[in-house]
Amino acid sequence: MTWSQLPILTPVVLLVGATAVLLTGRIRPSLAHRLATATCASCFAIAIALAVQVHHHGPTHYALGGWSPPIGIELVADTLSVYFLLVITGIALLVMVGAAPAVERDTPGRSVEFFAISLIFLLGLSGIVLTGDLFNLYVFLEISSLSAYTLVSSGDERAGVAAFRYLIVGTIGASFYLLGLGFLYSVTGTLNMTDMAMRLDPAAIPVRLAAVMITVGLGLKMAIFPMHRWLPDAYTHASSTATALIAPIMTKVSAYVLIRILFFVFGTSMVSIDLPIAQAIMWLSVAGVLVGSTMAIAQTDLKRMLAYSSVAQVAYIGVGIGLATPLALAGALLHVISHATMKCCLFLVVGAVELQTGNRKLSSLSGIGRKMPWTFAAFTAAAVAMIGLPPTGGFFSKWYLVLGGMATGEWWVVIFVLGASLLTATYFFRLLESIYTRQSSELAPIKEAPLAVALPIVILGLAVILFGLFNSRILDLFLRDAMPPGLVISG
Amino acid sequence: MTEFLQPLVIDRWAYVFTILLLSVGLYGLVMKKNLIKKLIGMNIFQTAVILFFIQQAYKHGGTVPIYDTTVGARPELYVNPLPHGLMLTAIVVSVATTGVALALLVLIHRRYETLNEDELLQKLRES
Repeated sequence: MTWSQLPILTPVVLLVGATAVLLTGRIRPSLAHRLATATCASCFAIAIALAVQVHHHGPTHYALGGWSPPIGIELVADTLSVYFLLVITGIALLVMVGAAPAVERDTPGRSVEFFAISLIFLLGLSGIVLTGDLFNLYVFLEISSLSAYTLVSSGDERAGVAAFRYLIVGTIGASFYLLGLGFLYSVTGTLNMTDMAMRLDPAAIPVRLAAVMITVGLGLKMAIFPMHRWLPDAYTHASSTATALIAPIMTKVSAYVLIRILFFVFGTSMVSIDLPIAQAIMWLSVAGVLVGSTMAIAQTDLKRMLAYSSVAQVAYIGVGIGLATPLALAGALLHVISHATMKCCLFLVVGAVELQTGNRKLSSLSGIGRKMPWTFAAFTAAAVAMIGLPPTGGFFSKWYLVLGGMATGEWWVVIFVLGASLLTATYFFRLLESIYTRQSSELAPIKEAPLAVALPIVILGLAVILFGLFNSRILDLFLRDAMPPGLVISG
Repeated sequence: MTEFLQPLVIDRWAYVFTILLLSVGLYGLVMKKNLIKKLIGMNIFQTAVILFFIQQAYKHGGTVPIYDTTVGARPELYVNPLPHGLMLTAIVVSVATTGVALALLVLIHRRYETLNEDELLQKLRES
């Protein structure tokens, strides 16, 4: 095996893993979970190997079927891709480790199928971040979306309705993307990203039309305000494992596609100077942060509150993309990893609480912090990071966002980030207060979650803090090289 | 009038047709109350995109893209085969989406015994 074949290995391992899970599940259902975890672990190992390879030798290309690009489809692993691949596989591994009891409870008798579809979902996501071909990206996008609809529908009794809405919106988003791609293909005659970036004429009307359509399509998938309506329902009614798997990475990968296409294919000057696309994304995201945070305050269901806060937190990434300065984009990328870890941690805690108490109403959480000390220590770390207090990852991503805004004289970003953090603080401090200070007698028999469930939660809680402490390492190792052409982080 | 319409509509009727189909699909999606009709709207929308790709492959006087000795190696005389290949994949995606959607509708109908959006919202509020 040569190192240049590493990019294809992640999707292949996931595909083989999914098939193996289905086949062995027929004979011994108990093996399905172990096999899925092993698959995710090997994918994480491959992602690390790929990251080392890209760090030392630069972008790795792999021509599928031996057809050389731009004619054939190629997989490209550059710094931006491996950064997202590490997030996807890392989150997937941590969710999988403790998934068995929750999956068995939420989807009794169907856990084999659940694990197989989860692996297909990850296959789609890893394909999206690795591919260098725009149509191939559409196919991977639909693979991941279709499995996401299925995973969402595995939840409570309302999950079917939520999944159907998600399906309609997601398909319209993908169709808009495909329509924009049709315009691009008709003027350039190519589907390869690098090739298209060279052949594009940013002034041509079909290209501009395509840019708008692709942005709308991906905006629907990424749940940018006002296209976010599907998200709270989908995340609330999906089973807890499905939410913990989908919520941290699905919208992030849509953000990746947006960054890849806007900055790498269209070019920074076209989307921020020739056309006000970046500005539109920025202002819609600002509205999204405010609306999402305000709606989160009004919720009484823990999962729904976190779902609305997802709308807000993903919009921070949108603000970073919209500002289109090197530091703001670095902030957006840093927020990808910090929000993925903290949101995954929070949703896993919701799953653990549901597992131990069978309830997820905010009111029933009184005093639970003392019954499940480890789980809620991690929960507190993640909540502090959501608010954006130092030294957590959430603080530094917003810090870079503010720096990036100030670099271009956008001083309102400072006030905006402060105000939005206050809104977030409103609902998280209220929650933390009831978790730790109030007493409740009904909670007497509640015990700490089993080790396999609690361990990933604690690791994620630690990761949230570590990403804050070592944010400059992440910046040096990944983000400097991940910047699109024309944007350079100075200093 | 015709001078105005000529470049906009008559020369580009394929685009106009695509936009019409897209609008029909979007109308069904947004305005129809029945979830099956919404799904049909979604399918029309997808089909419009597929037809949009196919029509740009067309060349006036072009032939089937299989090498023909009487035509020779002249790419301008063959229809572009790539959009057809791409759309074959898009059709598969669309079939899979429709399948999943129909399965979800069966699930919804079993639980709520209606596919009308208003009645469904009513029942969701009550439960």
